[in-house]
Amino acid sequence: MAVVRLLSGFLRPHARSLAVIAVLTAVQAVGNLYLPSLNARIIDDGVLVGDSGYIWRAGAAMLGVSLVLSVVALIAVRLASRVAMAVGASMREAVYRRTLDLSEQELGRFGVPSLVTRNVNDVQQVQVFLQMLLTLLLMSVVTGGGALVMAVYYGPQLSLLVAAALLVMAVIMVVMLAVVVPAFRSVQERIDRLNRVVREQVTGARVIRAFLRTGDAAARYREVNADITRAGLRANRAFAVVLPALLGLVNLSNVGLTWFGGRLVGDHRMTFGSLTAFQVYILQVLLYMGIGVSVVILLPRAVASAERISEVVDARPGSVDPARPTVPQERTGAVEFRDVSFGYPGSRRPVLAGLTFTVGPGRTTAVVGGTGSGKTTLLHLVLRFCEATDGTVAVDGVDVRQQAAEQLWAGIALVPQTAFLFAGTVAENLRMARPGATDKELWHALEVAQAVEFVAAMPGGLDAPVEQGGRNVSGGQRQRLAIARAVLRRSSLYVFDDCFSALDPATEARVRAALRAETEGAAVLITTQRAATIMAADDIIVLDRGAVAGQGGHDRLMAECAPYREILAGQLGVGAAL
Amino acid sequence: MRALLAGERLRLVLVAWFGAASVACLVAGPILLGSATDVLFRGLLGSELQAGQTRAQAVAALRAQGRGHLAGMVSTMGVVPGEGVDVGRLGRVLALATAVFLLGAVLGWAQNHLMAGIAMRVVYRLREAVAAKLNRLPLRFFDTHPHGEILSRVTNDIDNVTTALQEGPSPLLTSVLTVVGLLGVMFWLSPLLAAASAVSIPVVIAALLVLARRSATWFARQWDLTGRLNAMVEEGHTGHALVLAFGRRPARLAEFARRNDELREAGFRGQYLAGLSLPAVLFVGNLNYVVIAVLGGYQVSTGVISLGAVQAFIQFARRFTLPVAQVAGQVNLIQSGRASAARVFELLDAEEEPQALAEGGPAADALPRSAGGHRVELRKVSFRFLPDRPLIEDLSLVAEPGRTVAIVGPTGAGKTTVVNLLMRFYEVDGGSILLDGVDYRELTREQVRSRFGMVLQDTWLFAGTIRENIAYGREGATAEEVLAAARAAHVDDFVGSLPDGYDTLLDEEASVISTGQRQLLTIARAFLADPGVLILDEATSSVDVRTEAMIRDAMEKLRDGRTSFVIAHRLATVRDADLIAVIDAGRVVEQGTHDELLAQKGLYHRLHAGQAATPNDALVSAEPGPSN
Repeated sequence: MAVVRLLSGFLRPHARSLAVIAVLTAVQAVGNLYLPSLNARIIDDGVLVGDSGYIWRAGAAMLGVSLVLSVVALIAVRLASRVAMAVGASMREAVYRRTLDLSEQELGRFGVPSLVTRNVNDVQQVQVFLQMLLTLLLMSVVTGGGALVMAVYYGPQLSLLVAAALLVMAVIMVVMLAVVVPAFRSVQERIDRLNRVVREQVTGARVIRAFLRTGDAAARYREVNADITRAGLRANRAFAVVLPALLGLVNLSNVGLTWFGGRLVGDHRMTFGSLTAFQVYILQVLLYMGIGVSVVILLPRAVASAERISEVVDARPGSVDPARPTVPQERTGAVEFRDVSFGYPGSRRPVLAGLTFTVGPGRTTAVVGGTGSGKTTLLHLVLRFCEATDGTVAVDGVDVRQQAAEQLWAGIALVPQTAFLFAGTVAENLRMARPGATDKELWHALEVAQAVEFVAAMPGGLDAPVEQGGRNVSGGQRQRLAIARAVLRRSSLYVFDDCFSALDPATEARVRAALRAETEGAAVLITTQRAATIMAADDIIVLDRGAVAGQGGHDRLMAECAPYREILAGQLGVGAAL
Repeated sequence: MRALLAGERLRLVLVAWFGAASVACLVAGPILLGSATDVLFRGLLGSELQAGQTRAQAVAALRAQGRGHLAGMVSTMGVVPGEGVDVGRLGRVLALATAVFLLGAVLGWAQNHLMAGIAMRVVYRLREAVAAKLNRLPLRFFDTHPHGEILSRVTNDIDNVTTALQEGPSPLLTSVLTVVGLLGVMFWLSPLLAAASAVSIPVVIAALLVLARRSATWFARQWDLTGRLNAMVEEGHTGHALVLAFGRRPARLAEFARRNDELREAGFRGQYLAGLSLPAVLFVGNLNYVVIAVLGGYQVSTGVISLGAVQAFIQFARRFTLPVAQVAGQVNLIQSGRASAARVFELLDAEEEPQALAEGGPAADALPRSAGGHRVELRKVSFRFLPDRPLIEDLSLVAEPGRTVAIVGPTGAGKTTVVNLLMRFYEVDGGSILLDGVDYRELTREQVRSRFGMVLQDTWLFAGTIRENIAYGREGATAEEVLAAARAAHVDDFVGSLPDGYDTLLDEEASVISTGQRQLLTIARAFLADPGVLILDEATSSVDVRTEAMIRDAMEKLRDGRTSFVIAHRLATVRDADLIAVIDAGRVVEQGTHDELLAQKGLYHRLHAGQAATPNDALVSAEPGPSN
């Protein structure tokens, strides 16, 4: 079972604490069982014999034992809480660590909302269960089991009846788990969907309102909500039967035991004291079973969640670092594509096919092509966000698959198509690229990105707050901050994915001019739609439906490459293009 | 909270009654068992005494033998000398106990069953309330709150409230009633022993309260930190490529570990304090037990109380411990649930979008639906987020029906803010916006937005098929209309190459299609909406120029009888506009047609010249100006 495998793996570092908890639990169990036997002796040897001194002595012993028990329990609870919370924390970290190993594609397969649920909510379910397992369940199983043994010891004649009751109890539990585990698995899956729908409602608030579809969003939500309610109801109604059934079973067993025990006592085949002790132990069984069941009801959901956590932790990233990564002799920024193809598994048409080209140090190469021609995928191959299905992509003269990803990325400055900023400050976002950068360096990078003016005007300047995604700055400002971030990286290879799209042409021209000086000697790979950017490049690669349709300088491509002319048509001034 | 419980009153009353009845059964059962033990013991003693003598004789004989305590028992328990165990009576008592226990189980089941329904429905309504709230919150709320934090309130916190509701109030009621019932019986059995037991109750309550209060603050912290961690994970995954490419994995992990540690510590403190209540309660329970044993033992030996009664009493004292321990657990569960509920209610109490002055009054009726396009006028509009930083200042602009107005200006000039004001995502601070002469303030947001269609810079798609995403533009659009919109927006061109065509599933990240293709989809959506006013905010920035030109053609057709606002950096996109408004620092600094503005040699001219600042200047400056 996933829950066992998962927990045993995460519990291993806490073996010593667990051993201590086990010992403490055993002590508690012995103590808890000793108390009723003391009580039985008070009746048999004290009350029935009329020995008041014995009653006092036994009473004092009981008090001492129960004081020790409480102290032991206190330590056990403390240790158990520590372990449970530590396991929960390391589970969250393991999930998060693994998601950081996955590519964006692989992340998309789980879906961000689902990964968030698994990382936080699912771990929470397992953590709560573990907490209860270590404190209550363990104690009740050990003590309850001990009580059962003691009961049978006092009334071996009644053990058949006890066994029958236990069997019925086991059947009830198994049936419950079989019914409820699937119900809870679907509850967790529906929490994923709930997360997705709410996330859509939050991220798409503008569009939803613009199209007056709040009603529709509400309906989508209501559907998931009704679904989750149904699933929850199914699971909880199953539980509604279990608890009274178990309690009723124990009580009825007690009736049966009194009846049969009474007959045995009447026939002098059992002493009255034994029956009393027997009943007291059976009551103990009842007490701890009641506590145990309140924990066991957490099990189904924990099982479902553990499976979902394991799926993430066990996910194998499609692209892994080689065992012995090759370190390029020199970081020149050179990029080389040798007959590279890429296609998604199961897709009919490759996204890119037979690409061969090089980007030299000190040169700017523009990749142009129609919408959906594979430009971004090409950049992702350079970054090893995905791996070529055929051919080789080399950076700095070494196949990217032979390099350690972190090493590879350390030499690349990326500006992605959607300029994303993290919640924090302007400075924090820039220092992502170089943690040790001085304020002076930050201002220089902002200057290159033509962002000095608006950053200076923001309240706090470099320390101005940035909201998640950069929503409190305009699209163009976001892009310029993303560019500044890349500039700060000072790499040998710059990858710009259509990152001037929200800039006005004048700003773009200034950014490009400043970048040219900044990226002197580095290789620059850029995708774009804009004529000005294209024509400023040293080399141009024209992509058409995933293949290279033309390659070279502007003049040559104007003369020879029809797709290129189409791309530029209308951008060079109407007259010039004709 | 009252609204959440609406309609559940009868069921709640039933739950209480079932709970009380089931508790009564579970209390009565052991009494019957106790009397069964009495029957047994009486028979046992009777059989040991010589038959034929009266009880008084037997008692006297026992006293003479020096077995005074036994004599006491015989005298108080109604032992008939010589008579053995009355099996028939024993059977009857036990049959009754069986019936009572069965009834108790059935009632308990009914109570749980009803309560599960109530809890789930209450949570259902709570989720609905949150969803409705999300639709009423101003957009600024989403712009300024981490999404993962909002999500955590809707999932993790509501989840925790669910657990608390299910395993809190109803079992708590049962436990408390059980305690009260047991206490009542104990008083009935032996007031002295019961009083001795009851002394411990205030102690237990005080201990529970102290622990609960202290754990509550940690629980509040725990759920707060959970929300923040959730936000961090959500944000990190959204910017995943950057995290990787900038080598931020170690930094992100360190940040995660720090927050995770905080969360672990808060969770530990809360759980530990909450967990202490059980040992505390059990200790008091054991203390009770000793007192009863000692006191009871004396009373039996002095003949004040029967052995069976003490037996029963001890059984009750044992049973007493379980519900009290359960109260401890339930109180903690409710504490944790309350911390989460507070976070959900905080969201529900957030300030909403101000409602329109007139809810679709007569002014709205005067608005015709898209006949030749609407006239939109911005009259001395100003708007600011922060008091000292105006974003839009004294901005005036008129879009005549059927005309296309382009808004251009340097990055950060306030173009997107104008869109937000036009769509009424934000409310103007000063001045007014008029739709066909009617002030926005006299219209509802729905009335305004129903006249507008928009395509934004941020392309938003939801998890669903391509078809569903286009159909989103207008409720009830036919399949043909969807297809027509897809063709006009050139979505049709690339859909053919997708594995499932129009039924291709998109995730929110939409990794299957490119950014440009996403833009085409949102354009198709706006086409389908067929609004009286169309707003295009950088709608084609990631689309290649050829496709853009074709879309412009399609839009040309659409623009008939439609007012359009276009924001674009590619000046080629806007040069055909009827009016170009140049915005800088929140004001309109120039307006006119392309030619007029070029002739003015102002900001527009400079922006335009910026586009020509390419190495191939010769090529661009050869531009003879628009030929059409």
